[in-house]
Amino acid sequence: MALGRPLTRPLPWGQRVAVLAGLVLLLFLALVLGLGIGAVAVPPVEVVRALLGLEANPIVTELRLPRVLGAMLVGAALALSGAAYQGLFRNPLADPYLMGSAAGAAFGVVVAVSWLGGFSGAFAQHAIFERLPFSATWFGFLGALAAVALTLLLAGGASRTQDLILAGVVVGSVLVSLTSYLMLQGADRVRAVFAYTLGNLSFMSWPGVGLLGLYLLLTLPLLWLLSRTLNALSLGEETARSLGLPLERLKLLAIGAATLLTAAAVAQAGIIGFVGLVVPHALRRLLGGDYRYLLPASVLGGAVLLTLADLLARTLVAPGELPVGILTTLLGGPFFLYLLWRGRRV
Amino acid sequence: MSLAARGLTFHYRQQAVVQEVSLELHPGEWLALLGPNGAGKSTLLRLMAGLLLPTAGQVWLDEQPLARCSSWRRGQQIAFLPQDGPYPENLTVEEVVLLGRTPHLGLLGRPGPADWAAVRWAMQETQVAALAQRLLPTLSGGERQRVLLARALAACPRFLLLDEPTSHLDLHHQAEFLRLLSSLRSQGLGILTVLHDPNLAAQADRVAFLRQGRIMALGAPLEVLQEPLLRGVYGPGVQVRHLEGRPVVLLGG
Repeated sequence: MALGRPLTRPLPWGQRVAVLAGLVLLLFLALVLGLGIGAVAVPPVEVVRALLGLEANPIVTELRLPRVLGAMLVGAALALSGAAYQGLFRNPLADPYLMGSAAGAAFGVVVAVSWLGGFSGAFAQHAIFERLPFSATWFGFLGALAAVALTLLLAGGASRTQDLILAGVVVGSVLVSLTSYLMLQGADRVRAVFAYTLGNLSFMSWPGVGLLGLYLLLTLPLLWLLSRTLNALSLGEETARSLGLPLERLKLLAIGAATLLTAAAVAQAGIIGFVGLVVPHALRRLLGGDYRYLLPASVLGGAVLLTLADLLARTLVAPGELPVGILTTLLGGPFFLYLLWRGRRV
Repeated sequence: MSLAARGLTFHYRQQAVVQEVSLELHPGEWLALLGPNGAGKSTLLRLMAGLLLPTAGQVWLDEQPLARCSSWRRGQQIAFLPQDGPYPENLTVEEVVLLGRTPHLGLLGRPGPADWAAVRWAMQETQVAALAQRLLPTLSGGERQRVLLARALAACPRFLLLDEPTSHLDLHHQAEFLRLLSSLRSQGLGILTVLHDPNLAAQADRVAFLRQGRIMALGAPLEVLQEPLLRGVYGPGVQVRHLEGRPVVLLGG
């Protein structure tokens, strides 16, 4: 399926590096903005001084920094996982949200919390996973793996976009219903769990940031080493195998890594849709389809996008805040429709 | 030194798609697999490429079972081009052709001078060097097919396996593509093509005629493309004429 008008001319190598450098710069700007804007405004210079440790500013380093870093890491994880799914399944619309794996991860996490942690203890606001931040990710991983497997099974593989999306939506909504049912079992904490499943970065804590960073450090190099495989897969599975790639093993490795990333992100921040779809898509148009550039660029782009989205989520209706997942879905939904519409025309 | 099928049988859902096929592809030879739809041509090609494992019998690469070769070695020796395979939309011609070097690079290797030389050679042979920086969706069907052939050639394989390589090309590009194949053959490449048009197969060195998974005839085009065999498959109206020493198959009324 031909989605998206291709570039008429690719970027030369130097420009690709320039795009990556530009993304690093944007990330720094997003960091300073994210740390500076809020109920108490902190000027950029002071933000930088606080980050460098030149002056103590607990608002920046203790209150906002874990949340902003969390937004960056969650965005990076979702975009990287989306880019990997898209390459693996040779489908530009594959993403953790549409494939149902985010919903599967959320289900696993809520199962973990309700069975192991108990709603009453673990779901106190701001301390959602203090008791089990580590095992929550692994329960989420199991849930996400099961969801991906089920989606692929129902869709009969990943080659037909419509089937894949339909299956993903079905699997996702069944899992969301099951998650809601579990939430009602712990009615006293429904609000907190509900806010979590909608996609919410206000639960971010330092241990969460640490865990996300760890999983990203583990999976990014692994997926980057698989970028040649992802490139070869764009010629079709049969051709990729004829090139000597031990595809069965490599695909399992890549699905595992991408799904673990989804689970790690969902375990910390709930279901945040469309970041994994929009970011690799936009960057593919800027950088071309070579995954050696696309994967690191998606990490940076996802970090920038979610940091800015979270900034909007907590300032638009201040002093209250929107779940950032609602915001990304409101912005990403129309983009998705646009892609579908344009795909149909091509 | 050959790529050989010996007693090859392949079952799909208890049905025999390929039955006891033996044939040998030599370097510098162009062998065409011909036959009606469903004769098992594409399956046989995939068995020979090591992409399917036979139910019985074996494929031999230089007198060694192909199933026991490492996948990288298989990729270096045998290149495969599917019919209607997907192609990347956001990679340049050069990047796509470089993907053909994967069997030599493995997962992690960086392309060196030998790899770039192979890429340049493959692009020159297929006359796509001028398109190196273009993206695949901007090319015509004939150009794109030549790029995908260059991708297969970039591995510098000894055997080239093509599934209906001309099915989407117009007459002019078909002829051009077949000329390209015969020039590659004369450079020592062993070429195996699935074709369904007898008049295209007539240009190969040898033709294997398949029906219901079995080889009905194997030999030079003049020997294989004869009226009794073709009438049994394509209908009583088939006539064979001869032009410049090659058979020409006509579908009469």
